[in-house]
Amino acid sequence: MDAVLIYGLINSTTLALIAIGFSLTFGISGVFNMAYGAFYIISGFITWSLFSVLGLPYPLAVVLCIIIVACMGVATYWLVLLRIRGMLLSEAIATFGLGIAILEFLRWKGFIGFRYNLPTFIEGSINVGGNIVDYQRLCIVGIGLILVLFLWFFAHHTKIGLSLRAISQAERTALCFGIESDRSAMVSLFLGSALAVVAAVTILPLTMAHIDLGYDALMLAIVVTIVGGAGSTLGIIVASFILGYSQTLVSMYVASHWTMVVTLIAIVVALATRPSGLFGKSKELEERV
Amino acid sequence: MGIRYRQERIDRKVKARSDDVYALSSYREISYLLVPRVLPIIALLVLPLFLGVYWQKVLVIGCIIALLSLSWDLIASTGMICLGQALFFGVGGYFTGVLNHYLGLPIYLAIPAATLSGGAFCAILLSLALRLRGLYFGLVTFVLPMMFYRIIEATKILGGTEGLPALSRFPNTWVEMYLAIGIVLLCLFVFRRLINTDYGLVLMGIRDNDRAVMRGGINTYWFKFQALLIGSLVGAFAGAFMTHHLGFVGMSAFSLDYCILPVASTVVGGIGTFAGAALGASILVPLSEALRALGTLRIVIYSLMMTIFIVTLPEGIFHYLERRYHQFVRLVEIELEE
Repeated sequence: MDAVLIYGLINSTTLALIAIGFSLTFGISGVFNMAYGAFYIISGFITWSLFSVLGLPYPLAVVLCIIIVACMGVATYWLVLLRIRGMLLSEAIATFGLGIAILEFLRWKGFIGFRYNLPTFIEGSINVGGNIVDYQRLCIVGIGLILVLFLWFFAHHTKIGLSLRAISQAERTALCFGIESDRSAMVSLFLGSALAVVAAVTILPLTMAHIDLGYDALMLAIVVTIVGGAGSTLGIIVASFILGYSQTLVSMYVASHWTMVVTLIAIVVALATRPSGLFGKSKELEERV
Repeated sequence: MGIRYRQERIDRKVKARSDDVYALSSYREISYLLVPRVLPIIALLVLPLFLGVYWQKVLVIGCIIALLSLSWDLIASTGMICLGQALFFGVGGYFTGVLNHYLGLPIYLAIPAATLSGGAFCAILLSLALRLRGLYFGLVTFVLPMMFYRIIEATKILGGTEGLPALSRFPNTWVEMYLAIGIVLLCLFVFRRLINTDYGLVLMGIRDNDRAVMRGGINTYWFKFQALLIGSLVGAFAGAFMTHHLGFVGMSAFSLDYCILPVASTVVGGIGTFAGAALGASILVPLSEALRALGTLRIVIYSLMMTIFIVTLPEGIFHYLERRYHQFVRLVEIELEE
C-alpha cells in the first residue's frame, strides 16, 4: 500500500510536470500546440548535445536549452501560427505537422538508446518506508511543487501573468485595455516551451531516450488538460492525481500494458461527460451545443 | 514611391460558367468543360497498363489513401475534424481479417461485410462524441486508434502484436487495380454530386454555422451522424481492401501513418473539393514511395509539406489550379495617396 502511495505521488507529479506547459499555452492563447511532444524530446536531445558534445557544465546546458527551445516556440508562433491565427483546424494541423517532422527527424538521426541518456541531478536513492526511491524521483516531486507555486504566483501577482489571464478570460475586453493579444500569445508559447524543457530534463534521465516518448508526452499532456479543464492550474493538479494514481494502481494490480488504455479511456469519458473538464468554467457553450 | 501594382482577376469569356446550368455553344466550350474532368479519368484508367509491378502496387496504395482522404474531406465538410482516420482503416481491416481468418469467408463476401459492419461500428462509436465541436471532436478521434492499438497490444487478442497472417488475397492484380480505381472514381463522383445537392447544403451549413442550421429546425446531430457513417463506410472499405491487398492485418493498421497521410493529402490538394483530396493523395503517395529509401525522413518531408502548405497556400493545389484555369490574372497600376 505504501508503494502505491509513493509511486502514485511520483507518477502524478510527473504527469502534472508534463502537462503544465501544454495547458499553459492552451489556456492563455487557445493554441493547441501539437508540437509540444516534439519540443519535449528535442530539449532532451539539445541538452545532451550541449552537455556531452560541447562539454558545457550541466546547469549551463539546461539553461541554454531552455532559452533555445523557448525561442523555437516563439519562432513557431511568428512563422507558422501568426498567419493562421484563429483557424483552429489549421493551427492544429500546422503544429501537428511540425511536431511530427521534428520527432521523425530525430528518429532518422537515431536519437534512441542509452548513449543519449541525460545525467540525473543527484545520484543515489533513499529508502522510504521500505521502498527504494531514487533522488531523481524526489526531484520530480520537488520541481513539480515549485513549478506549480511559481505559476500560481506568476499568474496572480505579476503584471505579465495578470495580462495573460485577462486575455484568456475575455480577449476583446483585454484588447480595449491595451493588452496586446499577439504578444501575449507569443509569451504563452515561450513559457509553454520553456516548461517542456524543464519537464524533459527532470523526467528523461529516468528512462531510455526514445522518440515514442514524445508522442506519449503529447498524449498525456492532452489527456490531463482535457480531464482537468484548460487553463486551470488546480484542474491540472487534480486530474494528474486522479490519472496518476489510477495508472499506478492498474500497473501494480493488473498489468503495465493497461496503463495507457486507462488514460485513453479517461479522456473519452471526460470528453463525453464534461467536455470543459473538471475545473474548466469557460467555453462550456462553445465546445458543446 | 514608384508605381505599384495589384493583381486583377478576370473570368475567361466562356459563357458556360454557372454552378449547374450550362449553355454551351461550341465544341470549344464543351471541351473547355470536359477536358479537365475527363482527362484525369482516362489517365487513371490507362496508367496501370504502363506501370511495372512495383508501381502498380503503389497505385493501389495511392487509391486506398485517396479513399481515406475522400472520407476525411466529407467528414470535414460537415464541420468535424477527424485526426484519426486510422480508426476506420484499422477497424475495417480487422473486421475483414476476423471474417476471413476465423470464419473463413471468401474475399468477395468478407470485404462488403467488413465495410458495412466496420463502418457502422465506427460511426456508432464516434456518435458518442458527436456533441463535441471543433478540435474536441478531433481529439477523441485522435485518441481512439491509439487506444485500439494499445488494447490489442495489452490483451493479445486478434493475434496481438503478430497480427492475423495468411489472409486470402485478390486472385488477379488487374481485377484488384481496376476495382480500386473504379471505387475511387465512383466515390469522387458521388461525393462531388452529393455536396451540391440540398443534402450537401445542410452538411456544409453545419460546418459553417451549426446553430443557424438548428434554428432552421434541422436535427444537426442526425445529419452529422449520417455524414460520419458515409465517411466511415468509405474508410472501413479502404482498410478492408488494404488488408486483402497485403494478405495481412496487424496493429500497424492503427498507426499514425494512416492518420497523417489522409489529412496531409487533403490539405495539400485542397479542402472541400474532393478532387483536391484525390489529387493530394496522387502526389503524396508516390512521393513517399519514391523517398522510401530515406526511411523515416519521408514522414518528415510530408509532414513539413503539410505545415508549409497550410501556412502558405491554405486553399490547396486544386483550388489554385481551378482558379488559374477559370481566370486570367493581370497586373493593374494603382495610385497611392501620399
